[in-house]
Amino acid sequence: MLNVFHNLEISHYIYLSTVLFSIGLFGVLFRRNAIVLLMCIELMLNSVNLLLAAFTEYMGDANANGQMFVFFIMVVAAAEAAVGLAIIVMVYRNTRKTDVSFLDQLKD
Amino acid sequence: MNPIALILGLPLIGFLINGVVGNKLPKLVTGAIGTLSVLIAFFIAILQWNFISQAETNSLQLDLFTFLQIDQLSLKVAFQLDRLSIWMTLIITGIGTLIHLYSISYMKEDEGFYKFFAYLNFFIFNMLLLVLGSNFLMMFFGWEGVGLCSYLLIGFWYKNEDYGKAARKAFIMNRIGDLGLLLGMFLIISQFGSLEYNVVFEKIASGTVSTSMLTAISLLLFIGATGKSAQIPLFTWLPDAMAGPTPVSALIHAATMVTAGIYLTVRCQVLFALSPLTNEIILWTGLGTAILAALIGLKQNDIKKVLAYSTVSQLGFMFVALGAGAYSTALFHVTTHAFFKALLFLGAGSVIHGMHHEQDITNMGGLKSKMPITHLTFLIGTLAISGFPFLSGFFSKDEILTSVFVHNKIAYFLLAGSALLTTIYMFRLYFLTFHGTYRNHHHAIEKVHESPLNMTLPLMILAILSLIGGALNLPAYLSHSGGFLSKWLNPLFAIPQATHEISHNTEYTLIGVAILIFTTGFLIARNIFVTKATIPSDNSVGIGKVLQNKFYVDELYQKIFVRPLEITSSILHDLFDGLILRAFTFGVYPLLKLVGRLNKKVQNGNIEMYLLYMVIAIVLLLGVNLIFA
Repeated sequence: MLNVFHNLEISHYIYLSTVLFSIGLFGVLFRRNAIVLLMCIELMLNSVNLLLAAFTEYMGDANANGQMFVFFIMVVAAAEAAVGLAIIVMVYRNTRKTDVSFLDQLKD
Repeated sequence: MNPIALILGLPLIGFLINGVVGNKLPKLVTGAIGTLSVLIAFFIAILQWNFISQAETNSLQLDLFTFLQIDQLSLKVAFQLDRLSIWMTLIITGIGTLIHLYSISYMKEDEGFYKFFAYLNFFIFNMLLLVLGSNFLMMFFGWEGVGLCSYLLIGFWYKNEDYGKAARKAFIMNRIGDLGLLLGMFLIISQFGSLEYNVVFEKIASGTVSTSMLTAISLLLFIGATGKSAQIPLFTWLPDAMAGPTPVSALIHAATMVTAGIYLTVRCQVLFALSPLTNEIILWTGLGTAILAALIGLKQNDIKKVLAYSTVSQLGFMFVALGAGAYSTALFHVTTHAFFKALLFLGAGSVIHGMHHEQDITNMGGLKSKMPITHLTFLIGTLAISGFPFLSGFFSKDEILTSVFVHNKIAYFLLAGSALLTTIYMFRLYFLTFHGTYRNHHHAIEKVHESPLNMTLPLMILAILSLIGGALNLPAYLSHSGGFLSKWLNPLFAIPQATHEISHNTEYTLIGVAILIFTTGFLIARNIFVTKATIPSDNSVGIGKVLQNKFYVDELYQKIFVRPLEITSSILHDLFDGLILRAFTFGVYPLLKLVGRLNKKVQNGNIEMYLLYMVIAIVLLLGVNLIFA
């Protein structure tokens, strides 16, 4: 099982990570549902995590500094999701919507 | 406490008190502060006399701090009280005290009373700064300061627009002269690397600098002097300066400030003594001014204007003396002139006060019995300035004439002619004011009154000084040891003054001529204005009209300098300001508005759009990075 991963070239990880990041990015840009937005952000963060883990292996870093970053990002992502969901819940209670295009009231 | 600090500090303190809280104090207190601060400074200066006179080189120093340090050049705030400064200080504070005292009554109805005393005190401070400074920089500070005070006091009654214009004229014409002075100082810095008097004068005396350079420096300094001391071509501001209150005319525009140019020349004696060309220019400029102003004075009908032109003319006399190399004589005339001209101006002020602001002598006459003290003192002043034998003016003017006689015979005859004119216009003024019949129809003669004691007291003191002031520098034929003032000043002059060795016969002839001049002038004036009782009219014809219109000098300056400047300005205004600058300034607003309108669309509050911009920007940056890295 482990060998399978080791036999993959680094470029494969990069492609996959780029695809995941782009999906996340386009989701953030073009979807209006706040929950989907949060999920897309999560997706972008995880694509970065994947890349970090892959590069750690590729560079042969014995201390696994890159993988340490992965844990940091996971923690931040969890915190962000908690705060983001809380905001969405509050917005929903006030407006009965989870549509972010509604949140342009600060403009004028 | 250094006496110099006290002498300088007291008027400054008086200025600050009167200027800051003067409007809350009673008028008597304001006046007393102004007068006493100058009076105490006068006494402190007197107390220093003993020490200064003990030895020839005795002088007091006060070095405060270095004002500016540029490379090798250090500009110090330093003062010295030497023989020349103490002489000037005594004149300034002495006459200043009398005029402050006089002003308490003269200005008592004025709403700007406290302001007036603040300005006067500030003037005294600046004038003392001018004469006490031990370098050109301090002198220049004082020089500019008195110019400022002169401006403020000429335009004291600023609600009258003409007075304001007169003040501006004085200020601007002085600026022209000051430019010369400033350039002279720059040349001094470049040549000597210092502005300290003793350093500069020592280097000049040692003869390391070429005569042409000395001539250039002295000419530039002289241009400064023509501005402040109202010589051709910059004299027209002084008669207009009579817009100020009369005590100001007496103090600033007769006794002290206008003699700053003479002080400067005497102070820089070594410089001027080594530039013969400059001396000739000074001589002829002074002579021209003396004659021109005396001629104009013949036909003026404003009591103060006559005195103003007389001042210009007398300043011309002083410059003639300087040009002839008689420096102590010039300072002697400064002193006696300060006495009798301050007296005449204060007398004129007393007349104006008594006549309720009437200044036209064609409306006066017969004031002799109504104003006895003013009349008597004014007569003494007139006699003194006209050269009545053995009054102060006789000695100083005779000394000037003698030194010019030795120097240049033609100049002597011209100057003697000017002295004759002086006698005529002064007695014309005197006879028209005090003799004949009263001619004013607006005010009954019963309303004319003598001035109060604190106005007549300065008149009396100045009259006594005008009587005996000649004793300060008696000619050799009256005292065995020669003049006091010239001996007093001699140690200051690195290069001995020109001494005029003339035979006793010549000397007595010159005195005879001087007395003859006085008598002739007196008789001419008496014949016209007493015997024939001529009253000058405003419509003279021929040469009289030219004189009445002051040789059209103002009109000439208007045509030569002011009009072209105005035309240039209006062209620049229309072209540069109207088209180019206007296009710029008024183009900015529409441009900003357009940019704002375009940017408004970007900031629409739509979060997705913001994110999109962000992503596009990042992609662009990365793309650029990829292509160019």
